[in-house]
Amino acid sequence: MTSPGDSSSERKPIISVSNITKKYGTLEVLKGLSLDVYEGETVVILGRSGVGKSVLLRQIIGIEKPDSGYIEVEGKRISKMSQSERFKLARSMGMLFQGSALFDSLNVSENTAFYLRQHERLSEKDLKQRVSEALKMVGLEGTEQKMPSDLSGGMRKRAALARLIVYRPQIVLYDEPTTGLDPITAMQINELINKTKQELKATSIVVTHDIRSAMEVGDRLAFHSDGKIIVIAPKSEFLKINDSKLQAFFKNAILTKENLGYS
Amino acid sequence: MMMNSTATKVLAAIGDYLVLIVSVILVSFRHPPRLSDIRDQLYEVGVMSLPVVAITGFSTGMVLAAQSFFQLSDKGLASATGLMVTKAMLVELGPVLTAFMVTGRVGAAMCAELGTMRVTEQIDALRSMSVDPLRYLIAPRFIAGTLMLPLLTIFSAVMGIIGGYVIAVDYYGMPPNTFLDPLPVHIKTFDVISGMVKAFVFGIIIVTISCYRGLTTSGGAAGVGRATTNSVVICYSVILVGNFLLTLALNGSYDYINDFINRWL
Repeated sequence: MTSPGDSSSERKPIISVSNITKKYGTLEVLKGLSLDVYEGETVVILGRSGVGKSVLLRQIIGIEKPDSGYIEVEGKRISKMSQSERFKLARSMGMLFQGSALFDSLNVSENTAFYLRQHERLSEKDLKQRVSEALKMVGLEGTEQKMPSDLSGGMRKRAALARLIVYRPQIVLYDEPTTGLDPITAMQINELINKTKQELKATSIVVTHDIRSAMEVGDRLAFHSDGKIIVIAPKSEFLKINDSKLQAFFKNAILTKENLGYS
Repeated sequence: MMMNSTATKVLAAIGDYLVLIVSVILVSFRHPPRLSDIRDQLYEVGVMSLPVVAITGFSTGMVLAAQSFFQLSDKGLASATGLMVTKAMLVELGPVLTAFMVTGRVGAAMCAELGTMRVTEQIDALRSMSVDPLRYLIAPRFIAGTLMLPLLTIFSAVMGIIGGYVIAVDYYGMPPNTFLDPLPVHIKTFDVISGMVKAFVFGIIIVTISCYRGLTTSGGAAGVGRATTNSVVICYSVILVGNFLLTLALNGSYDYINDFINRWL
């Protein structure tokens, strides 16, 4: 899958997805998808909406199971892990959901503190400290008491990111992090993704159809089509790859006079 | 694959539902949810339902007394009014009407809340943070529902008896003793237990059906609406049919229950 000359191919992948398939009813969403992700890198999976990119993330974090094929994290198959191993794994992973998925019945600071309250015994003071650090990192100081319904889309994304970085996961999965946001807010989210990567030294997988975002945050870019990863390459080489489906995707994503109807 | 697909789906749903009941019972004992989560639900299911249950119980008691008195007095049976009201409230109307009100007030809200959490990926978010939705969301509601329904039923029955007393004594001028005297003689522990068993079972039915429909919601806001309506209709039907079966079963085992009462209570 990796292109020649990729130095990462000698390292051991931290996440290894092998030939997974997934069907919903008669709809085949994943058709033997494979992907290796190495420690510390950010892999962006590009592709059209509704082709099962999010499904892949849900499989990796263990919300859904593949019909066939397997996923290894740090060399261990998720499906063969014991309950405690799986629990430990889940604690080292975090996912940013497309719609933020903040808990509507809790305010921003309770949302951010949620994981710590559930799993770690911290004093109220330490808890507050961790929460305010996380909120500061995403630039949401002063919104502690606000309810999710009072926040804008961009703020909700940032609050969801705070809820995730507060427990310092080593693997972070982003599901369409910039979809539905204006270009400036999207830029801020991209910057935060990079900042998260640096601060947590996390391995990340980003699923998106936003090429701009992909170029901002990705180390390697992958193109998902027909239930498989058909191209994966370092960012610098990715744009030059001559694949008709990939080129068609680019052509329609980039603002040209033709696309805008000014021919 | 030869099976009718609707039938397969219904069977699969019933199977999933039974699995949910068993797992929520197991979770409640093995990894009990936090007391604060249970407390919040006890408040929501129990305390917040008091006004509506009070109104239901009181007005039902009044109607029962008015009708009993009206229907029985020309047959010389007016003295049975108190007994009619009390027995009906304890054994039949109390449990069923309380369950209906709780379904409308609490069950529908549970289904809508969980359904919204489902379609906005909040349930997935819980699981991504290794929090078991069964323990965090369902078990507290289950415990609160099974504990509170019997208590609310007693409350409803008491309100009904008060309502009946007010109508029979204050409105129709029945002597207080005629209303009250037969009660200690004819109201048996069996009646109370019968009502409580029903309420307990209805509590299980309401919470599990509402939560199951909520958790299996799909299709956005419209889906949440459909799931909620659907869960209320199913709850009502199951409560009514269940009430009939429970009545037969409890009355059929009258001797055993009485033995039990005499030995232990």
